[in-house]
Amino acid sequence: MSLEQKVKEIVVEQLGISADEVKNESKFVEDLGADSLDLTELIMAMEEEFDVEIDDEKAQEILTVQAAIDFIKANQ
Amino acid sequence: MLLKDKKALIFGVANNKSIAYGVADVFKKNGASLAFSYVGESLKKRVEPISQEFGGDFIFDCNVSLDDQIKSAAELVKKEWGQVDILVHSVAFANRDDLQGRFIDTSRAGFNLALDVSAYSLTAICQAFEPLFSKNASVMTMTYYGSQKYITNYNVMGVAKAALEASVRYLAMDLGSKGIRINAISAGPIKTLAASGINGFKTILSTIEEKAPLKRNVDQEDVGKAALFLASDLSSGTTGDILYVDSGYNTIGI
Repeated sequence: MSLEQKVKEIVVEQLGISADEVKNESKFVEDLGADSLDLTELIMAMEEEFDVEIDDEKAQEILTVQAAIDFIKANQ
Repeated sequence: MLLKDKKALIFGVANNKSIAYGVADVFKKNGASLAFSYVGESLKKRVEPISQEFGGDFIFDCNVSLDDQIKSAAELVKKEWGQVDILVHSVAFANRDDLQGRFIDTSRAGFNLALDVSAYSLTAICQAFEPLFSKNASVMTMTYYGSQKYITNYNVMGVAKAALEASVRYLAMDLGSKGIRINAISAGPIKTLAASGINGFKTILSTIEEKAPLKRNVDQEDVGKAALFLASDLSSGTTGDILYVDSGYNTIGI
């Protein structure tokens, strides 16, 4: 499974939404209905899956699915 | 089945990474009936499925910084159960800004918030639930070594945990004459939702792995098993104590 697919799978699982709702440009809060706890859980799930550390400042910049993919690609 | 027919009230489950989740899991496997608190809608939607998973008897809304809500919770629990055998306090909060940089910069409001939610709430809960505690009831709370020694970025939460640990000793005296025990578990660092507020957490975890006698980090189940000891008759002679579940890290010098 590609990194992109894996990220989307985590988003689907954490937010309890269907896979076809999750596009690269989807915003977690506005488009996918995430609240602040969801965002923290998402970041934690990605940290665990990809063995990266995403600090608070960085986490606040990860607002879309694509931003998450880009961050992980650059930091893995 | 060390907790057969025991009723255990659990404050502070947020998701399946929560320490209180690990505690609930071990309690359930040992025969306890469970009920869970939540705070507001965003936690309700998380706690509800967890309660279902464990066959919980009920869940209840309780912001531990509001006396009214604690009182209502106690009334609800009295109606549902009549009494409480085990109470788990696994609640803490501080502003993110107060969990980085210099402790000296902590604001009065940030200090009061952290101490109120993370320390005073234990006393407030014990006060409200005292009439409901059964004979030989056991209360426990979660603390961390940052109360005893400087831990990078733990800051105001270290001070709150010191107040919490002292509260345990004073509450132990007040509750002791009724046979009620109260203790704290000082768990090593575990990656929970609450821990996500601590910067550099990964470094803390790798330090423990390298230096602690057991050469590993602890997990929710390790804490759950210690909680089972405290909740059950096995700890009948123990109160006011801080039980370390930290791979022995607190025992080392150089």
